[in-house]
Amino acid sequence: MEKRGKGDRTRQKRVRVTTGDRLFTVVVYGLVLLITACCVYPIYYTIIASVSDATALYGGKVTFLPSGFHLDAYREVFSNRQIWRSYALTIFYTVGGTLVNMVLTVPTAYALSRKRMFGRGFLTAVFLVTMYFGGGLIPTYMLFKNLHLVNTPWIMLVCGGLSVYNVVLTRTYFQTSIPDGLYEAARIDGANEFLIFARIMLPLAKPILAVITLYYAVGHWSSWFSAMIYISNTELHPLQLVLRRILIQNESAVMNMGEITSQTLADSLRRKMELTQVMKFALVLISSAPMLVVYPFVQKYFIKGVMVGALKE
Amino acid sequence: MKKSKARKLNARLPCQRKGYIRKRLYQSWQLYVLLLPGLIYLLIFMYGPMYGVQIAFKDYRPSRGIWGSEWVGLKHFITYITYPKFWTMIRNTLSITLYNLAMFPCGIIFALLLNEIRHARMKKTVQMLTYMPHFLSEVVVCALILLMLDMNNGPINGLIAWMGGKRINFMGIPELFPSIFVLSGVWQNLGWNSILYISALSGISMDLVEAARIDGARRLQIIWHVYLLGIMPTIITTFLLSVGHIMSLGYSKILLLQNDMNLEVSTVISLYTYNVGILRGQYSLSAAVGLFNNVINIIILLLVNYIMKKLSDTSLF
Repeated sequence: MEKRGKGDRTRQKRVRVTTGDRLFTVVVYGLVLLITACCVYPIYYTIIASVSDATALYGGKVTFLPSGFHLDAYREVFSNRQIWRSYALTIFYTVGGTLVNMVLTVPTAYALSRKRMFGRGFLTAVFLVTMYFGGGLIPTYMLFKNLHLVNTPWIMLVCGGLSVYNVVLTRTYFQTSIPDGLYEAARIDGANEFLIFARIMLPLAKPILAVITLYYAVGHWSSWFSAMIYISNTELHPLQLVLRRILIQNESAVMNMGEITSQTLADSLRRKMELTQVMKFALVLISSAPMLVVYPFVQKYFIKGVMVGALKE
Repeated sequence: MKKSKARKLNARLPCQRKGYIRKRLYQSWQLYVLLLPGLIYLLIFMYGPMYGVQIAFKDYRPSRGIWGSEWVGLKHFITYITYPKFWTMIRNTLSITLYNLAMFPCGIIFALLLNEIRHARMKKTVQMLTYMPHFLSEVVVCALILLMLDMNNGPINGLIAWMGGKRINFMGIPELFPSIFVLSGVWQNLGWNSILYISALSGISMDLVEAARIDGARRLQIIWHVYLLGIMPTIITTFLLSVGHIMSLGYSKILLLQNDMNLEVSTVISLYTYNVGILRGQYSLSAAVGLFNNVINIIILLLVNYIMKKLSDTSLF
């Protein structure tokens, strides 16, 4: 993309630029800016709404600029114990789950990438079949129940422990991006598979390791469905489920309303509703902050993952 | 050293000697050890549930266990197909997935537009900003949908009211549900889906563009005849992938957006397995529905794959 830049512009000068071309450029830039604005607006709105005055927001008066600057909503979110416990739990689920994922995925992918492994075709097929055929919701649920994993935190680490798609991704990388010569040379020098895997292949596979770590981590961070099915104990719920209760099912999260003294009950109820609305935006922002802060720095890895995924063997 | 190498070469020949298989098995034992953790997980947690699929053909009673329950043949499948809302569910699923498929060109168009932007910095920034929604969780996206489209205090309705229009209760109108569902998906993944096309576009030789220009092609013609044609193989592959998953519409997002008003249009097939199995505890029926859908999915996938192979020589497997 970047390589084209300069040379292209000098080339372009040789061809006469017509009015039609100019109009075309304007339309293209306009469309791209419009699309970008549409993509960004909801997130921008979330930011300004989360600091706006509750009454103005509730009255629908906030559109492009925040109305005032208040941090009540954030104070409210920070004082909510339920949110923080689930936040900590989600971090635990994400880190632990991703660790399990990596231990299961990487060695497997490496083994499947070695042509000299006897039965490689058959074993690969055993993995690929699960991409198209599975037991389904209920049989899986019954299995977890029989293993006594339901309603324990461990299920969040075990469930979705291996994504065959990521195995294929990693395997393709081992096969196509690391030269066979290295492997052969190490073998001739007498290194065994464990040594080759740990000392040669893993360091060379860092880019793809970053990719699948991030894929897995984002998956754990955003997952809510399995927690809803398998964990009924609200103490163990991850952040996304708490978000669902507050943001989607409108469970009130406003804890301390202060003293109700001269105010009438109706007033205090209205105030509660207004605050809940602002809080929702603050909550959206706080819960998405880790991803939104990190992704600009790691997006090149995600993009790399998309590229490797498009490769065929 | 020399001797062992010679032996190794000998073993690689496709010979029919008696100890051949055992020898090959022994040769790869280290790789098998590396494979083991993943394989064990796969066998327990992914093949394990397949054992339980048999309850689709049984009347499952927890007290009797999977194996001890009575065989009832196709009873649950018939219950499913004759269920009064069966066709409604099929219709809902199809309308949402086809709608989704109709939005397939969005990523291509966006990539082509972006390709016409000559400012490298602007291009980078636009890309980064449009990837952003992809990193939001499903719950957050659905929450944003509800907040943005709120009838009384959402900014969209605010805009409509400001322009003098009448406020619309977006989530309360069943006809709008497919649009909200699909278009929010487009919003979330537009930038992301364009990645592959953008990289394919950057691989197109400038000589081709130059040649077309000298031959007097307009910019739209260049886009059409050079760029679009150049990324055709990428388009076909991604299209194949999305058609392959045409029936496997996920239900978790639907579950989040469902409300009493849109129940009639938002009940899709996959959601039914959840409703019946988890909410009503009819394990056997739910397993049957799941199995039925899975088989249909595989048939569609194979069919699409076959047709594409005939038409374009590109296929998934």
